[in-house]
Amino acid sequence: MSKLLEVRDLHVSFKTYNGEVKAVRGVTFDLEKGETLAIVGESGCGKSVTSQTIMRLIPNPPGFIKEGEILFEGDDLAKATEKQMEKIRGKEIAMIFQDPMTSLNPTMTVGAQIIEGLVRHQKMSKAEARNKAIEMLRLVGIPSPESRLAQYPHQFSGGMRQRAMIAIALACQPKILIADEPTTALDVTIQAQIIDLMKELQKKTGTAIILITHDLGVVADIADRVVVMYAGIVIETGKLDEIFYNPRHPYTWGLLGSMPRLDLRSDQKLLPIPGSPPDLISPPKGCPFAARCKYAMKICKEQMPERTDISSTHQVACWLEHPMAPDVKPPVAAVGGTKDE
Amino acid sequence: MSKTETQDKEVILSVKNLKKHFVVGGGQVVQAVDGVTFDVYRGETLGLVGESGCGKSTIGRTLIRLYGVTDGSVEFKGKNVHELKGQELRAFNRQMQMIFQDPYASLNPRMTVMDIIAEGIDIHGLASGEERRKRVIELLKVVGLNEEHADRFPHEFSGGQRQRIGIARALAVEPEFIIADEPISALDVSIQAQVVNLMKKLQKEQGLTYLFIAHDLSMVKYISDRVGVMYLGNLVELAGSDELYENPLHPYTEALLSAVPIPDPKTAKTRERIILEGDVPSPINPPSGCRFRTRCPKAMEICAKEIPQWKEAQPNHFVACHLYNE
Repeated sequence: MSKLLEVRDLHVSFKTYNGEVKAVRGVTFDLEKGETLAIVGESGCGKSVTSQTIMRLIPNPPGFIKEGEILFEGDDLAKATEKQMEKIRGKEIAMIFQDPMTSLNPTMTVGAQIIEGLVRHQKMSKAEARNKAIEMLRLVGIPSPESRLAQYPHQFSGGMRQRAMIAIALACQPKILIADEPTTALDVTIQAQIIDLMKELQKKTGTAIILITHDLGVVADIADRVVVMYAGIVIETGKLDEIFYNPRHPYTWGLLGSMPRLDLRSDQKLLPIPGSPPDLISPPKGCPFAARCKYAMKICKEQMPERTDISSTHQVACWLEHPMAPDVKPPVAAVGGTKDE
Repeated sequence: MSKTETQDKEVILSVKNLKKHFVVGGGQVVQAVDGVTFDVYRGETLGLVGESGCGKSTIGRTLIRLYGVTDGSVEFKGKNVHELKGQELRAFNRQMQMIFQDPYASLNPRMTVMDIIAEGIDIHGLASGEERRKRVIELLKVVGLNEEHADRFPHEFSGGQRQRIGIARALAVEPEFIIADEPISALDVSIQAQVVNLMKKLQKEQGLTYLFIAHDLSMVKYISDRVGVMYLGNLVELAGSDELYENPLHPYTEALLSAVPIPDPKTAKTRERIILEGDVPSPINPPSGCRFRTRCPKAMEICAKEIPQWKEAQPNHFVACHLYNE
């Protein structure tokens, strides 16, 4: 497979009254054609900022790209002009958001919002675009699309709105779909519908998906590869099975261990991560997770760990991987156990 | 003791045929809760799950008298809570407390943590002066905060810390029964586990009874002894939490359980999912008979005609579904 998108050492900051918030501090990852890459992490870890930076949606000021490259088919989006970005957004890279009510235009019919992109990017006539819009609504499972086309977003339910968003995003056959918490605002039964829809559409269209989420359950269901972020950096990345069955970073252990599993009996033990994430105005100079990490050593607080290769697809940034570090076993709760350690 | 041996336990709260309707204008009525019956035993955690708009929060708010009842009754320790007056009402207000979903909206931003936690202590005249301060500090320690936090304001705390303050406030009046309405939904996963473990620890130490309302089935199953499943204003199934997962009777419970994502790629790829068609109908004009019938893969003719009876289909396993008629 070939690389569609390469993000290299991306730094994004926001100027605020209190100082510079270093939201993304050196993020590197690739996206291959047709794959689903999940970026996981908790609020404030920089996952949404990263995805919005790829689309260049971060308002400047206050936000700005400090350094790094975003190579999309060889072109650096970090240096692209607004005019160049207009040709990329919606056509090459499309995005769907968490809250379909606030991201759809309430004053335009759903049909007009799909047609808009088609006329602009695909140079279709209004009539062609209308037919394509009907086809898209049918594709995302909206019943009687002809009449739905003339309706406004408020006439749609939450799940239907998210379907309409997906229809708008995929209408121009983008190469990449960025889905920022696409199911977080939805009920579980509707979430299941949307995840199934995304999987099915990906099979049909071959679009690569970047899925931003905090829900490891959704990740396990849909992703091929996973990037785990914490306090603006990538702490671990690997194939789905590598992250779930051979997690190496204590934060990944914590994430896996603090989620109860429905398929286990209720004697399972949760393993919370103590404390809370660091302040990104003055991030710690060492590993940002050190203050919450049970296994932290002296070096962790002093110096950022290097990225270590576990396999050709699995990298982790943790001092525990250093040959001199003590041998630490992940807690049982993190790797699918039911009993306490 | 196994979780199913609840029959010899003391019933602390008894809800019978509870109805709560809201008039929304234009002569329309939202039947938010429509005929719900269940008991809560002393010392247990009863989980209430369901999707948005199913009426789970309305039940919580009606139990604690934030809403009146449209029909039916709520009995707390044998007394109808909506008929309490004077001394008995004061006692009830102490014995039942609530923890809210949004730790940002539920703490007064102009009060110090000390005054927020002590508000109940002041109202009920439980302590004053040095004794009051000592009690607040003790409570802060119980929920994992410390003395220095007492004189700060809510905006100085993170979401997880604020939820701890909310818990300390609820505990301040030494309640017996706590209604927790989505207490962890606004928190990050790692922080959710902190708060849930704290609630479990407090329950063990103080013998508290919880009604835990949430939409996250995995977390509800983890914390609850028994779980009730709601759909569009009705309770459709109630059973021990492991029993409910291993042996769901109602088609809605089955679909709901199968839709919950499991953070394990192998399980996620192999398990069968029941994808429900369509959306939840409006509670203004709910379907006749069984309210789930419009989306039910197993719907029969009778489902449109008759409301299914709430019955104990198996020992300690209640369900309202025509599939289980004799």
